Parts: sequence; C-alpha cells; structure tokens
Amino acid sequence: MNLKDISEAIQGDILYTSKDLMKDYSYAFASDLMSDVLTVKQSNMLLITGLINVQAIRTAEMSDIRCIIFVRNKKVSEGMIALAQETGISLIHSSFTMFKTCGLLFTAGLKPVY
Amino acid sequence: MHFRYKIEGGDFTNAGSTASAVKKVLKQLNIDPVIIKRTVVGIYEAEVNIVAHAYNGVIDVDIDENRIFARFEDAGPGIPDITKAMEEGYSTASEIVREMGFGAGMGLSNIKNNSDKLEIISQVGKGTTVEITNYFNSK
Repeated sequence: MNLKDISEAIQGDILYTSKDLMKDYSYAFASDLMSDVLTVKQSNMLLITGLINVQAIRTAEMSDIRCIIFVRNKKVSEGMIALAQETGISLIHSSFTMFKTCGLLFTAGLKPVY
Repeated sequence: MHFRYKIEGGDFTNAGSTASAVKKVLKQLNIDPVIIKRTVVGIYEAEVNIVAHAYNGVIDVDIDENRIFARFEDAGPGIPDITKAMEEGYSTASEIVREMGFGAGMGLSNIKNNSDKLEIISQVGKGTTVEITNYFNSK
C-alpha cells in the first residue's frame, strides 16, 4: 500500500510526505513504547503510535522507518513536523484509536512484522 | 575520525541528536545499512539512558576503517547491580522517562543485542561508562 491508500483507509490527514507518496509499504508495527520499536529488524514498515513527541520521530529515524501514523487524534507539534522534514519521515494523523487504525490497515492488506 | 558530544540529563528534546549525527557519517562512509541500523539503535538507547538517568555526560565516537567505537561517560547515580539492570523489564526510570516512550527496561538489553562488544562500568554515586564496539564486516 502506498501512503495515499494508507491515509484514505484510516480517513487520515497526511501532515508531511517526503516525496514518497507512491512508495509501497508491506508491514506495520504498532506501539507507544519506543524501545519495543527499536527491537524490530523489519525494513519497509510503518509505525503506528499514540506517542506524540520528538522521540517518536527519532526512533523512526534510527529504525529506518519512513512513515509514522499518529493515532487517537493527538496534536502533532511544529517541532515534530520540522524534525520529520529534516529526517525525511512522512507523517499521517488519524482521529481513530490505535485498535481501529490497526484493524483497518490489517484488513486493507498491511502485514504484521511477526 | 573522532567526534565528541555533550549530553545534558533531562534534555529529551535533543535526545537522539548524537545517534542522528553518527548515522549521517556512517551513511556517507557507505557502511552496510544493517550495520548502521544496529549501531545507531545502540547509540540512541545509550544516549537516552544518559538523558533519562544521569546529570550530564559525554559521548566519544571513534571511527576507523574496521569499526566504530562509542564511549558514553556520565556523571550520575550509577548502577548498583549491572546484571539486574541488563534484565529485560527491569527499570528504575521515572514517570517522565516513561512518558517519552522509554523506561520499560529494554534499553541495556537492546544495546547488548545491537553491539558486537559491550562494556559497562559503574560506580554508585559517581556515574556509568558504557562502551560499544561494532565491526563493519561483522555478520
């Protein structure tokens, strides 16, 4: 699925895209715990999280994650968007819960990492 | 080449800037992306540990053609029982650290799993030194 399809599936808003709107994603991982995210070796995955701070962006940067979906309708700060732009990480905002977001994306074809 | 970074305890806004800088250097050196990822994950966790637990610290990074060596030296409370601290799930992190998405007792084991060589020396009441070595041709 590309970012456009992913965003539509969860009625999300694309806050920033790093020129990879049509890049395909196969896997997703959902967590609010960044140390858990840092244990995942899978590439080509996106992160679904309700953790709204710059460390979510930093964690994605270190984990080679190119897209983050922020759930539960939380406000993403300007500082987070600026860091996402600097590090080339696309951001999507969703008003849905993490459970609903995961369910919709799983149904749409994204796979779990294990 | 050698780099030195100063870290302030509690400065979560800038936590990860060292790992980010190292990642840029390793990419420029065309290091295998798998090795870059495991190296910067370890550096990031160790950097967050200083921010989360210490008063301040210094990170020295040395890179040659064969390996990257990173030393994290902090002034802080130290670790009374390193073996216990290495156990997954054991944590002394504050609520603020947990709100930042860390402090679940995964950090040191994550560092270990992403290092070819790891040394931890700690003195209670003084501070902790963590040394990570990763080789560029390791499997």
